[in-house]
Amino acid sequence: MTILLKATGISRAFGGVQALDGCSMEVKKGSITGLIGPNGSGKTTLFNVITGYVKPDSGSVTLEGVDVTNERPDKVFALGIGRTFQLTRIFGRISVLENMLVATQREESWLRGLTRSMSSKSEVSAAMEWLDFVGIARLANLQAGALSFGQRKLLELAYVLVANPDVVLLDEPAGGVNLTLVNQISDKIRTLNKSGKTFLIVEHNMEFVMSLCDEVTVMHQGKDLVSGTPNEVRANPLVLDAYLGGADDDDDMESELEHG
Amino acid sequence: MFQKKNLLWLVALAVFLAFPLVVTNPTYTTIGVFTLLFMACTSSWNMFSGYSGYIALGSGAFYGVGAYTMALCSLHWHMAAGAAMFWLVPLGGLLAVLVAIPVGWVVLRVRRHTFVVITIAVFFVAQLSAINAGFTGGTAGLSLPFITWGASYYNVPFYYVALAIVIFITALSASVRRSRFGLQLLAIRDDEDRALGLGVKVAAVKLTGFSMSAFVIGMCGALYAMFIGQIYPQFVFDPLFDISIALMAFLGGLGTLVGPLLGALVLESLQQYLTVSFSNGSLYLILFGSLFLIVILFMPQGVVVALRDRWTKKDERERDAVASNETTLMASGTK
Amino acid sequence: MNGTALIQALLDGVLTGSVYALMATGLTLIFGVMDIINVAQGILVILGAYLSYALTVHLGIDPFVGLLITIPTLFVVGIVIERAFIGRLKGPEKTAMSILVTYAVSLLIEGALNMIFSVNDVQISAWYVDRSFRVFGIYIAYIYLFGFILAAVLLTALYFMLYRTRFGASVRASLADQTAAALVGIDVRRVSTICFGIGVAVTAAGGMVYGATNSFNASTSYDLISRLLIIIVLGGMGSLGGALVAAIAMITIEDIVAVAWSPVWSTLSFFLVLVIVLSVRPQGLFGKQSARVA
Repeated sequence: MTILLKATGISRAFGGVQALDGCSMEVKKGSITGLIGPNGSGKTTLFNVITGYVKPDSGSVTLEGVDVTNERPDKVFALGIGRTFQLTRIFGRISVLENMLVATQREESWLRGLTRSMSSKSEVSAAMEWLDFVGIARLANLQAGALSFGQRKLLELAYVLVANPDVVLLDEPAGGVNLTLVNQISDKIRTLNKSGKTFLIVEHNMEFVMSLCDEVTVMHQGKDLVSGTPNEVRANPLVLDAYLGGADDDDDMESELEHG
Repeated sequence: MFQKKNLLWLVALAVFLAFPLVVTNPTYTTIGVFTLLFMACTSSWNMFSGYSGYIALGSGAFYGVGAYTMALCSLHWHMAAGAAMFWLVPLGGLLAVLVAIPVGWVVLRVRRHTFVVITIAVFFVAQLSAINAGFTGGTAGLSLPFITWGASYYNVPFYYVALAIVIFITALSASVRRSRFGLQLLAIRDDEDRALGLGVKVAAVKLTGFSMSAFVIGMCGALYAMFIGQIYPQFVFDPLFDISIALMAFLGGLGTLVGPLLGALVLESLQQYLTVSFSNGSLYLILFGSLFLIVILFMPQGVVVALRDRWTKKDERERDAVASNETTLMASGTK
Repeated sequence: MNGTALIQALLDGVLTGSVYALMATGLTLIFGVMDIINVAQGILVILGAYLSYALTVHLGIDPFVGLLITIPTLFVVGIVIERAFIGRLKGPEKTAMSILVTYAVSLLIEGALNMIFSVNDVQISAWYVDRSFRVFGIYIAYIYLFGFILAAVLLTALYFMLYRTRFGASVRASLADQTAAALVGIDVRRVSTICFGIGVAVTAAGGMVYGATNSFNASTSYDLISRLLIIIVLGGMGSLGGALVAAIAMITIEDIVAVAWSPVWSTLSFFLVLVIVLSVRPQGLFGKQSARVA
């Protein structure tokens, strides 16, 4: 499989905190890749760097070979990287359908926006299709602020997808939602993946990640620690240590492993 | 409902058109002119600040730019006092836009709260510049070519030009609300960074809205200058202007179409009437301030929205029921 | 450009800037703790000035001594305003609303002041106003010096309160993160109210000095508030140190421009500095970078 998204040597410090320290990872085209790691390991910061909300101090991000480092978020989205947020971000005072429509003009110039009406028939039907896919089509005309948390997560998923991005970054899609909905979301991701969509998912829910992802990368203290299939990662002692805050020195750990 | 709304607009338009023909007393038609000017300014202000959430409290600067454009051009081009000067009105608007673009480019980069503060600063800089710059005549002000249309008839042309501006901005606001551009402004209001992440060219959209708003306000300022005939920087750049407009928009309903018009209609005619009746400026300040506080604290959504919500209260309860009941999501099934 | 005149301007700038710093600190503190922009700060300075003036004229009390009365009075005024109007504000539009509410309050106070004191300009007088002494060829006006000392004392007291008392710790916690502070058991409401009172109380001091060095009436407040707002934006809204630096810097620059170029355009320099700084650092000199991501 070809590599769709690649981050190389990303470093970023916020004041005294080194959030990312030479982090590298890749997402293969057509895969569902998981990104896990203890709190503070830099997962969300990496997402922010990839999607252009935060500039890295060093390193690069490429999408199908094209360098997208340092691009503004709207440009990144136009190039094909879509993303959801941990704490759902929707536009509360407009309708659910209108929320969807904001995203349908991925590659349009702003000037065009002045002269055309809010939506064309094709856009509306595409939006409704996606709303239907996630199961909230009924709520299309409801003010988005009235949605429950779970419904918001679904809306966010829908409007990221409506623009047909090449790769979708999901930041804790299963966070704070009940089990049935988690399975629903998991199913939807699988369905979309079967038709070729690439996903990069940050999650804490281990079952979710392990059952869904083809590949998992573990992050720890701003670096990529281990990459591999879910089973490989699960068996790796370094990963357990990272989560339980064990050995500070990886070399010590490694030498212990080698010498028993 | 669709036809009823349109009918209401037509009736209102008819009333406004007929007004000066029915009420000929110049005192009242003067109030009419000022009311229309404020309706236009409030509507224009709302088109940007209401839709985008960027509360601009410095639009008075554009009003002043328009006024001075009218004054300076009519004087320096030695224009004959009369209808020809009306052509300077759009020019006033245009100059306001030329000022708005660089100013907006700088001030729109900051966070919303900072933005409000900066616009206040912009306003005072504009006022200070008008007072201190040589060509503006300083505090002595400027006198425009004296229009001699006769006392009883004088107000009427101004009234209709002002009405034309009101119609223009209302139509513009309505079309913006229906356009993709309007949707983007609303998205920016709710979550600007998210909008950016979804492809909205936030900076360009904000600047455009800001400039469009400045255009109409500039035109109003130009018309005002022509109407009054004599302008002074401390009156043309009036600190109360911006706060009045904000209040009118809030009273009527920020972000709605008819709200600003309604708010301005009620407040400005009230204000004008009070100014004519009460000569005590301080009492006026106290009344105004109190009214403002009452509106902000008890009806922050404005009259229009408050009424509309009362109308659709049934629907709201329905919606709440839907939103809280997540299991219905499961029932709707998945494909 | 006269070297002595330049040093004079520099000194004057620092001395008067400190008083502005005092008023600006109150403003930025209020914003930092409560997310409220108190546009009434300008008129409250004038209120403090009028109170000092009244005490001097009608009771013959020296302005500095009068502070013992005016500062607590304005503290109470602040608490009242907060409880009656500001405290009610909630929700996502809280800050925008606070601007409108405090603007309305300032109109009320302005109208009241006009009615009580008339619109004629007044100025506080005392033996040290209009008198200066010479040091190394530089004139130092007594009032500027006293004002500087007052500001220094009060600011030090403020910093002491913030960094050495438990209440101060609560304030700093609220400044950093309101939600977290509440979670740790800090009574955010009480902290907010008292901070508002403090923010307003310092205006009494600032007002007194301002009233002694400028003739004023109620409408002078517009000029004042626009300067204070620019200062806190430049310094970074919510940053106390920023307000101090920005106030002194801005006033000093203004004074130097007035001497070196023209007094007429010196106020313009105020704005220009702001524009330049904001173009490079939208959050102000010491402001927090706006949280742009989840």
